[in-house]
Parts: sequence; C-alpha cells; structure tokens
Amino acid sequence: MSNSVSALQGKVAAGEVTVREGGLRGMITIRGDLSSTKLQNICKKISGVAFPKAGKANIAGDSGLAWMSTDELLLLVPHGDTDAAIEQMAKALKGQHYLAETVSDARALITVEGDYVRDVLAKLAPVDLHSDAFKVGDFRRTRLGQVAAAFWLREDDTADVICFRSVADYAFGLLEAAAKGGRVGFH
Amino acid sequence: MSTRLTSGGRLVNKNKAVSFTFNGKNLKGYEGDTLASAMFANDQLLVGRSFKYHRPRGVVASGAEEPNALVNLNEGADFEPNARMTTTELYDGLTAKSQNHWPSLEFDVGAINKHLSRFLPAGFYYKMFIHPRPFWKYVYEPIIRHSAGLGKAPKDRDQDRYEHFNVNVDVMVVGGGVAGLTSALAAAKTGARVMLVEQTGHWGGRAVVDQPEIDGISAEDWVNNAVQTLESMDNVTVRARTQGSGVYDHGYVLAYERITDHAPTKEAPRHRLWRIRAKQIVTATGAIERPLSFAGNDVPGVLLAAAVRDYAVNYGVSVGDRTVVVTNNDDAYRTAIAMKKAGLEVPAIIDARPAATGPLIDDARALGIRIEMGRGVAKVKGVKRVTGVAICAQEGDGAILEEIDCDCVAMSGGWSPVVHLWSHCGGKLNWDAEAAMFRPDPARPPLGADGEGFVITAGVANGHLRTDAGLADAHAAGLAAAKAAGAKVAKSKAPTAVDADEGAISPVWLMPQGAKQALRSKAWLDFQNDVKVSDVQLAAQEGMESVEHTKRYTTLGMATDQGKLSNINGLAILSKALNADIPNVGTTTFRPPYTPISMASIAGPARDELFQPIRKTPMSDWHTENGADYEPVGQWRRPFAYVRDGETVHDAVNREVVQTRESLGLLDASTLGKLIVKGADAGKFLDMMYTNMMSNLAVGKCRYGLMCTENGFLSDDGVVARIDDETWLCHTTTGGAERIHAWMEDWLQCEWWDWNVYVANVTEQLAQVAVVGPNARKVLEKLGGMDVSKEALPFMQWREGKIGAFDARAYRISFSGELSYEIAVPASQGRAFWDALLEAGEEFGVMPYGTEALHIMRAEKGFIMIGDETDGTVIPQDLNLQWALSKKKEDYLGKRAQERTHMADPNRWKLVGLLTVDGSVIPDGSYAIAEGENANGQGNTQGRVTSTYYSPTMKCGIAMGLVHNGPDRMGEVITFNKVDGSTVDATIVDQVFYDKDGEKQNV
Repeated sequence: MSNSVSALQGKVAAGEVTVREGGLRGMITIRGDLSSTKLQNICKKISGVAFPKAGKANIAGDSGLAWMSTDELLLLVPHGDTDAAIEQMAKALKGQHYLAETVSDARALITVEGDYVRDVLAKLAPVDLHSDAFKVGDFRRTRLGQVAAAFWLREDDTADVICFRSVADYAFGLLEAAAKGGRVGFH
Repeated sequence: MSTRLTSGGRLVNKNKAVSFTFNGKNLKGYEGDTLASAMFANDQLLVGRSFKYHRPRGVVASGAEEPNALVNLNEGADFEPNARMTTTELYDGLTAKSQNHWPSLEFDVGAINKHLSRFLPAGFYYKMFIHPRPFWKYVYEPIIRHSAGLGKAPKDRDQDRYEHFNVNVDVMVVGGGVAGLTSALAAAKTGARVMLVEQTGHWGGRAVVDQPEIDGISAEDWVNNAVQTLESMDNVTVRARTQGSGVYDHGYVLAYERITDHAPTKEAPRHRLWRIRAKQIVTATGAIERPLSFAGNDVPGVLLAAAVRDYAVNYGVSVGDRTVVVTNNDDAYRTAIAMKKAGLEVPAIIDARPAATGPLIDDARALGIRIEMGRGVAKVKGVKRVTGVAICAQEGDGAILEEIDCDCVAMSGGWSPVVHLWSHCGGKLNWDAEAAMFRPDPARPPLGADGEGFVITAGVANGHLRTDAGLADAHAAGLAAAKAAGAKVAKSKAPTAVDADEGAISPVWLMPQGAKQALRSKAWLDFQNDVKVSDVQLAAQEGMESVEHTKRYTTLGMATDQGKLSNINGLAILSKALNADIPNVGTTTFRPPYTPISMASIAGPARDELFQPIRKTPMSDWHTENGADYEPVGQWRRPFAYVRDGETVHDAVNREVVQTRESLGLLDASTLGKLIVKGADAGKFLDMMYTNMMSNLAVGKCRYGLMCTENGFLSDDGVVARIDDETWLCHTTTGGAERIHAWMEDWLQCEWWDWNVYVANVTEQLAQVAVVGPNARKVLEKLGGMDVSKEALPFMQWREGKIGAFDARAYRISFSGELSYEIAVPASQGRAFWDALLEAGEEFGVMPYGTEALHIMRAEKGFIMIGDETDGTVIPQDLNLQWALSKKKEDYLGKRAQERTHMADPNRWKLVGLLTVDGSVIPDGSYAIAEGENANGQGNTQGRVTSTYYSPTMKCGIAMGLVHNGPDRMGEVITFNKVDGSTVDATIVDQVFYDKDGEKQNV
C-alpha cells in the first residue's frame, strides 16, 4: 500500500552506533487473562513464537510476542497482517473476555545498532542495562527522556525501540544525540 | 610573596607550561595546576571581593569547600560564572575574571560598604521592612545594587552538550581517598557490582599528601595499587572527576561527572549526570578543616593549614615565604613541618592549647620551630595581603603581646567530617565533644523502604581521623554494604596503617576567647556571605533561638558553598550565645547537591528541539509547510490558522470560517482522543462514566456525551460510537485523551475491578479529518468508495469502508453546524488521505482550517467547549445541558454531587449568548458588572464571559457567558468591564447564533 508511510520514513543517523527508523510493523495490543491456555495458544499460533514470561519478549523476524503487563500483551506481525490476526483471535476466543486492537500506526519502531548500544539506551532510560541484568529476550516498558517507550535487544548490539508515533522524531532525536555523545564505557 | 617552589608538585608537569589570563593579565602555570595553584605561582593572592562589604579576598582552601575564589570563567558560549578556582583544572587558553569587583579588583569603590557595616547588620533585610522608607530608597538601595550578586549571568547559548546516564549498582562508594578505595576493594572482592567516584582528578585524598604508611608501603604506592586493582576488575567502575552530589530515597544517587572541563573539546559531552540506583551507598567523603575565628581571618594569605601544605606538596607552590601556623590540634603541625622541609620559614606555631605533646610537636620543635602554647591571634595585619599577626593570650581579651611579621597564616580549628551525603536522606549525627565534631550515628542511618539503612559511612567521614582506624572502618563498611546488597561475604583483613600519634584537640570557637566587639566584628565565620562572629551573636541577642532562624537572619551558610567552612563555627558561636550545648542547638539541613552542579547537566539532552516532546500528527509537516500558526494543545501543536502571504492571523481565521460555511473546509482532528472500551460490562461502565445513557446506543450510531468528576463538575465531552455489541469508541478532547484513559483505568482497577471491561487508547492509530461544508459530501463522493448519502449515512451515524483507496471509518458528526463528516484512516495513510482530499477539493476551493475557526464555528452554533465554558467549577446544569443528564439511570459519576444544595442552587450563573449593542467583541475574561460592592470593597459581578469571538458569519462580536439567572433575562442589556477601564453593553440572547434548527448539518 503506497499510501502507507511510517512516521519517519526510514530516517537514518549513521555513526558508531547507528539509529534507524524501522518502518511499519504490525502491532496488536491484547488485553486479557494471560494465563488462559486459549489465549496463549492463539497468540503462539499467530506469532510463531513461545508465549513470553513476565518482562520478556520472544521476537522472530517481524513477528513476536512481548509481555506488557499482567494483563497486556503486544503481538507483532507484518504490517498488513493485523486484520487477519484479529479475526483469528476473535474466532479462537469467542465468548472469552479480551480486547485486541491494532496499534501499528500508533507506534514508531526505531532500531539502534552498534557496540555501545547499552550506553546509548542507558543515557535515556532508567533501566538496568548491565549485560547480567538485561539480555536478548528481555523486554522493558520504560521511558526515553520525557516520553513512554519500550525496547528489547534483538541481538547483543542491536536494540529495537518502540514509542508513540506522534513523538517519533523526539525519540529519534534523543537516540541520535545519545549515540553522538559517544561511549560511556560502563557496559 | 607566593611563588613556585623548586621542590614538590607531585601533580604538576613542570615540562609543560600553559598560559591563561586573569582579569586580562597573561599568566603562566603548569599542566596539572588548578587555577588556584597557578594563581599562587604568579603571586596573585587577591582573587575576588566579598559579597557584602567587598573586602579583598584570597584563596582559603584547596578543594570543593572553597568559599572565596569564585570566578567568571571564559567568554561567550563557554562562559561559566561562579567557577571555583580550587576545583578548576588549568588548561591552555583559560580566561578568568574576578567577581564582585567595581570598578576593578585592585581598586574597589564598593569596599566603602565596610564603613557602612554598622548599617548592614545581621537581619538587615528583615529590619529594612520596618525602617523609614526613604532611607531604603536613597541610601541602601544604590549602594547595595552594586554589591549584590555573585557571577554574571551567561548571555550566549551554551555551546556544549550534556547527558544523563542511568546505572544500577550493588554498592556505590563516594570518595576516592584511602577509605573509599578500601571500601570499594572490600566490596568488589565479594563479587558485588561496585561503583567508586572521586570528585577531583586524583585518587588518594589527603593520604597522598600526609603520607601515612599503609600495608608497609607509602600511601602513594598503596593508592596506585588499589586503583589499578579496581580498574582491572570487571565488576567495578571507577570514575575520577565525578562527584557524588546527592543521596535520595531508595538508594538513588546523583553523581556529577565533569568530562571535559579540564580539557575542553567539542567531541565529548561536557558534563554527565549519573543517575545511580544503588542497593547500598558508602560515603567515604573525608573531612573539611575548620577555620579559626580571629580578627582578619579573611585577609588574603590566611588559609586553612592543610591547604597550605596541599599547595606545597601537590603543586609545588608556596603561599608565602614565612608561614605562621595557628592551631588547636596536632595535625596543623604537619603544615609547619612541610613548610620547613620545603625550605620556607615558619616564624612560629601559635597553639591555643595551654599545653600539648606528641610526635608531630616534637618533630616541629626538632626542626627549630618556635612554638607558642596558650596563645592566639589577636588580629591579622594587612589589607590586600597578610603582613603579620598580632599575638595575644588565648584566654584573654586580645591585648597584644607581640607582633610577628609573616605573609601567610595557616589556620586549623580541627576537622569536620563531611556528613552531607549521609544526611541528605535523613542520616542522623552525634556531637562528639572530645573530638569536637559532628559524626554520623551508625545506629540512625537513612532508612530504605524495608526499614533498613541504605547508607554506611566510612573512614574520616565517620569521624576516624587516624589512618589505621579509618581503614579498618572503611573495610568493614565495604563488606557490610556488599552483604546488605546481597553478596556472599567472607572474612577478610583490612589494610593496616601507621601515622603519627596525635594528642587531643581543644575546641576553639573564638580567638581569643574573650575577644572584644572590635575583634569579633572582624572575625569571619562565613566568608562568602560576609557573616561575622558579631552577627551571629547579634542574632541570638535579638531572639533567633533556632539555628534555622539564625541561618536565615544572618545568611550564615546560605551562600553557594552552603557553609562548608562556616557551619560548625557558627553553630558553636550561637550555642555559646544561647548558653546551650552544641548538640542542643542542632545543625541546619544538608541538602543536595554537595557543591553546585551545572544547570545544563540537570537538563541533560533536554535543550533546543529536544527540550520538550512536541506531538505531531501525520499531517503536521503539511501544516508547517502551509503557513500554520501553531498553538499548544496538550503536548500537541495544532494550527491556530493557516496564514497566507499578506494576511494577518485574524484575516486567515475569517477566510477559513467563510470558506467552510460556504463551500468546503478540512480540519486535522487526529489529536482528538479515541478510546476503545470493550467487554460484557462495557455498557454498564460507560453509563457510569457518562452522564447520559450509552449502553442503549445502537451499533452504527453516535451520541454526544458528557463526563463529570465524582464531585459533579464537567470534566470532558465527546462523541461516542457503538462499534459492535461489546465495543464502544469514545472520543475525548485533545487534552483529555490520556487523562480520561487513566480515569477509566482508575475506576476499573480500583472500584469496579470485577467488571469485564478493557480500555485501549488508540488515539494515535488513527488520523482523523473533519470534512466540513456544503460540499463535504461531494468531495467524498468524488473520491469514491462507500455510500455517504443522507440515506446510507444519516446524521449521528458511522460506517466503515473504503473512501478512495483508503481504509476509512466515516462519522456523520458536526461541531460546526455544517454538513460534516469526520473520517478516520490508519495514521500511516493519514498524509496521503489529506493530500487526496486537498486535490479532490480543489474545485470547491478547499481550505484547511485551524482551531480558531473551529472555535468560532462551534460558538456560532452555541456548542460548549471544555476548558472555555468549563473551568473545573462548572456543572452541566450551568450550561443548560440537562438534556444530557439521564434520569433513567440510577447512578453516574457526579450524579449525587449535583444534588447537593450548592449545586442545585437556582442562583448559580447559567449559560447564555451575548451580543454587544455596538457589535464589538467583548474582551476575553470580562465580568458583568452588578450594583454595589462586596465585603472587600470590590465591585459586585453578575456573570462572566466564557467564549468571545468576532463572527465572520454574523459580522459582529458574539459571546457566551455565565450570567446570574441568565436564561430568564433574555433581551436584557448588561454591562461588561473592559481591560482599558471602560465598559461594553451586551444583550442577553439565546446561545445559538447560527442555524438554530440545525438544518445545515442535517442535509
């Protein structure tokens, strides 16, 4: 769909740590009873990944599941697949109390890549980014500067950050400035 | 004179000279100097003028406690006021200017203030509220104007970058002296994650100057080994030039790293503010030497004794050729010995104690130094530099026994542990009378959420002045902190140390102890704020019993050094004046930061475009490119109007209104809140949240709803759409989206947790455009797709489908009174949809309109606006919205509150329309004038304007307002006040000015 554009249209700030807007990604906010087997199964089926424990995210390519809170989950799918996913859920969870809403376009996805990526994130988010405390598979809802954000490590030197679309350029600017500020040498 | 010595200078590189200027004069120092040491090397004793009396002042200390030597550093985008010379590391090209001088440092007219000192007593500012006014205006003000302030305010933009850094550690050790190193080593060896910070650029604190032997080797070697060991450990971070500035609840520590202050470069951030979450904190912050209070103790050349030897040992500079040491303890003898060993003269050691013995005293005597016991300094001679001291009996009233020529006075009144960080979060202190110091009470530490202490203090900061005891204490502190942080701790041995035995200190708070008024009024306590012994005594005489009162009355300890040198001496003087013990007088509160930190480091990255997040819709770029005159709405910026060349904003607004009413306008409504409420109990829930009924809304239909707080006041409004059996979409105001989302969650989580309802905020998922005007349907039909005819999509209904190539949900709702659709598309398609509408609308002369046109059009229709007609005190009944208050429902938020007598009072002001008699626009905020005056002599009022505009449709001013009995007074003319003092008459009319029957929106 050529009419669809992401918030920053793939903006890149290259450097020792590179900040890159990651384009459109399908995202579905799920509220429900996370202990429900039905809910777990349909989420696993759609995403193709294991159901995440608290504070974790299982991401494979464009798809994945991230634990947002005790009754909230984020389902990641390719951008065009959200309607189908929501329909699948509606079928599987008929009669069950839950909510599934597409929020793909309410978000921006920013990838931060480079060997001091942990330093860059720690400049902006009150999160323990020590390699013993935050690993690939961990997921944190937090803030960047003055806006809400969440991130996970795709690889040890690559983080995916999501924030609200309306503040995408602010978040990008923060990450760019933090990357340009250089290595702290703590992590 | 002060000069560079041939020997000493362990921190300076004598092979590398650097140039700097002071007040325009070119001077030279060495790499490794501080600005203070380089000034001494150039015989620049006079560095500034005092705050109040403009007395000549010199450097007193060698570290962060320095009260006098503040300078304006550099120029332009580098400019920094109030830089401490003692903590400013020298680099090539540094420029410094002294502060508080007028017109010059050497010749200062302001020094005339000293002759007025009897007119500037303690409590001066308070007393001036009582004294005759003319005296203030003609005498004090002109003089004090020139005295006030410290450094200049920067004029240029700061060119540097600053950043924050968040880390979590197990044990945070503050202070890189031998105690801090010992604590860090002890904790690190347990495997705990440790961070150690030191505020200066060098490790080892005082030990590397005073050179005790540690573990059988020199302190310097031991320190180097310790730092190397720590740096090699993966679980340890060590940072020099990083000050532990503040300790806060839950083990939160702020540390202030000065990355490039010593070597300016554009490459790295200048300061980094570390935001550290520590499980345990060890404060190994050392101690500060106290001045002695004798007359003239502020003359340049009078320094703290330890500072004098710091300058000699660390930087290889002497303050004077002949140093008289004045002391009440053994430690200061080290200064005399160091001076002598550096080849300098020590004419005498003046020891206030009647008698004292010990190895340091023996050493001094063996070097041939004259020691005068039981003596004190009556006064220091000299104005801009010390020329000598007059000696007296400490027990006497200051009768001069002898005068000794000298050019440096090294004073020591004993040591005060740096308890600031211990105290920031509530750690308590004990007064140790024997050692004459406040020291932390380990039994009363700052407590964490679990009721356990989270700060441990170590070494000298814990009152252990001797090295061996200090290191044992620091080792134990390191282990205890690691253990409390959850590490497994094995027993290990503390380092051992040997230093010279010291005898007891004898507290000396005033020298001589019976000093007469003339001497007391020249004995300085607080150098930076010019507070003398006599001021504190006067404060006590005038009834200031609490130390906090005295502090404010005299300004003792209120300068930028927060009284690091003055607090204990001031307290002691006060306690004596009050005939109370020092612990009963108490201390003032220690507040972070330990020393001032840059404002920019607090801001971190929040500057320029990153100062504050500004929310943008998918169409924001278009708005900016097309003349948008923005206004803030929540954290969004919405176009107020789109101003074209040659137009005023007012012209633009009128053009937009006329175009929309006559043909076609577009509004970017993406910022409106959109909340999805879903679940079996969602209808029941919304019936509680809204004043009107939402549960019976049919799928496919829309209804305007009001929300009130539980106190009955209007909180938000918007259109609700029933999406399916279990799902509603609630529109909120732009500013209300997050607030109403939180409000709903609050009720669901705290009150109705057993109701099956989920809420999701999808505000940003959707770009929303209001397509408004007689040609609205035509333009949508031109784009093609879903049937938007009156039959297929009636007023107050919604349909989903395609409009052109876009996935759309179309709502037939109108806030303007015109034929109007609000079309929501996924945000990613928002800009393309906007462009498509502009293109298709060209034949209709389409124009986007801003928030002001939106406001005017809704006011012409008499629609209320949350925030205009409401202000937190207005209930729906005030706005004649009874039709939106369900009578069928048993309850809704606000219902019971609205039944209270005050809410049901028929005298509440009610909404009406207002038309000025002369057609003018009533000023915003105008009140309707009533007869008579109230109890306060103010004119009575009978109403106020809530919205007022020029209506391009009516071609006159229109307004809405709340008026006493308003709806019953239609046709009556009332008078409104204006800002210029005149008044304007307006007729009370129906609030709907335009298309009263709603025919235009329902076509």
